[in-house]
Amino acid sequence: MNLIMQFLEYSLIGIASGGAYIIAALGFVIIFKAGNIFNFAMGEMMMIGAYLFYAVAVQLKFSWPVALLAALAGSALLALAIERALLRPMIGRPVVVLVMITLGVGSILRGVAGLVWGPNIIQLPDFLPRSPVFLGDILVPGKLAWSFVVFGALAIAFIAYYRYSRAGVAIRATSSDQITAEGLGINIRQVFSMTWAMAGVLAAAAGIAAGAINGITPQLGDAALSVLAVVMLAGMSSVGGVVVAGILVGWMETVVGAYLGAAWQSFIPYLVVLLMMIVRPTGLFGEQRIERI
Amino acid sequence: MWVAFAAALAAFPAFGSAYLVYMACLVAINVIATAGLNLTVGYAGLLSIGHSAFIGVGAYASTLLWLHAGTPLAVNIAAGALAAFLVGLVFGIPSLRIKGVNLAIATLAAQYSLYFIFQQWTSVTGGDRGLSVPRVNIFGLGDTGFYYLVVLLAALLCLAARNLFRTRIGRGFIAVRERDYAAEVLGVNVVRYKLLAFGLGAAYAGVAGALGGAFLRIVNPDQFTLAVSIFFLAAVVVGGRASILGSILGAAFMTLVPEMLRAVLALSGGGATVDLAGLLSPLREIIFGVLIVGFLMWEPRGLAGLWDRMQGRQEAIDSRPGAA
Repeated sequence: MNLIMQFLEYSLIGIASGGAYIIAALGFVIIFKAGNIFNFAMGEMMMIGAYLFYAVAVQLKFSWPVALLAALAGSALLALAIERALLRPMIGRPVVVLVMITLGVGSILRGVAGLVWGPNIIQLPDFLPRSPVFLGDILVPGKLAWSFVVFGALAIAFIAYYRYSRAGVAIRATSSDQITAEGLGINIRQVFSMTWAMAGVLAAAAGIAAGAINGITPQLGDAALSVLAVVMLAGMSSVGGVVVAGILVGWMETVVGAYLGAAWQSFIPYLVVLLMMIVRPTGLFGEQRIERI
Repeated sequence: MWVAFAAALAAFPAFGSAYLVYMACLVAINVIATAGLNLTVGYAGLLSIGHSAFIGVGAYASTLLWLHAGTPLAVNIAAGALAAFLVGLVFGIPSLRIKGVNLAIATLAAQYSLYFIFQQWTSVTGGDRGLSVPRVNIFGLGDTGFYYLVVLLAALLCLAARNLFRTRIGRGFIAVRERDYAAEVLGVNVVRYKLLAFGLGAAYAGVAGALGGAFLRIVNPDQFTLAVSIFFLAAVVVGGRASILGSILGAAFMTLVPEMLRAVLALSGGGATVDLAGLLSPLREIIFGVLIVGFLMWEPRGLAGLWDRMQGRQEAIDSRPGAA
């Protein structure tokens, strides 16, 4: 097929693979918006979600919808536990400390996963239709296309909830000004818990998809670091921007990977981050935070 | 008390086995790197998750100089430090515009970029295979000679770092950490000190890298990954930020704990049925994480804080960073 068709195919695949990025990035952003915490353990939360799904679906042999629910619920519970036990007491500490704690939690999760399920790659049974989707001459792998559809729906549902529900308003209020929000009667502790639980669910979803496509290992979380690129590109505080950025990064990665090779593929997100940092530190859609002296 | 410690260090190789001397060298190298990171993170308050990349720059620079120009070790170490210093300055530039977590991300990007260069610039760095380093012989004493060199350098650099904080530069760092706007108003050149904080921290890392390369006799990109950066960040935090003693304790602790863990597992595991290798790595990660989280939650001043407490020095008002 000619070059343009090939480019289009790569582009579509890239956009489709952006789906998982969007979901994971939404999880990052929601935690950061409400609590100003950067959750470096997000990748590991994704990984645990994937493992939980595997455990319930394959090891315990339940049907996969049950496994899905179990994984999402379990991940949400884990996120709640992390928030309550480890991060709540640390409110107000300097950034270094919070970052280190999430890094430490990530380490613990990786170790536990390695102990319980071993270091080898585990393949999930196919539960998404495998047959490729044809758009004219262009072929998109079935799993990818379907996961994009699922994630698209999930993202839309999430953003709608965030925009229009009372809970969403509470989150936005807390992110804007914690003290005033509390003064207005919003229970910000509940908001913190809620955002972590939501992030847990999102992480599990993204993790299951990543696991379905690439197999599950304790190192699955490493891929999450390129989600960072998405978040930085969008700006840490923009929920809508994350969708755009996710699609953009997914597209960029696949196209670069196809034309320049795998090493460039894993590097390009970071190049993007560097450029963004220099040119526009708050990201494409982020809000300019005013620092009060 | 310090005299006794120094004497013990000097006499150590006579009593310790080759393995212990090896470990001691490793600890000393890590102390240098940790002290450097502490300058950037603990004293100047600039979060840097890319430290291992600077170590790599030092390692590659010194080794390449050696391989291509045959210069003596001292020159190579200096070259490594200089190269790392310059790279540190460059990667310190984002700190002029962004703070806190965003800065951490930028340093992360720096880490990955440098790793990419290490890996891809095959003609220079040997790519994934890396470079192998010829043997070095200090004062004709072989391994023991190297031990003395490393310990001496570590001691000198730690003293230098401590004395830094009696000078304008050091106090400038602390001013930048606490309130950079106020510092600027008072005439502290914030730009210069932020860049210097990165540069100096990187220079220390460069020395550690050069020494590490000579010590391990191989330099390849996998020695300079994100995990290694996190290792050193943990060493700084666990040991105690803004404390040279903390850097020493933290580096020693982080280097020795995995070894002790291995020893414990070997003793208790015993039987051949237990897959030690498979167990060791995840267990290490768990303990690693638990230690970090534990220290951060209950002893924010780290091991140095514990030491102070044991000596009966309680601070009524804690002026160190991280106090609630």
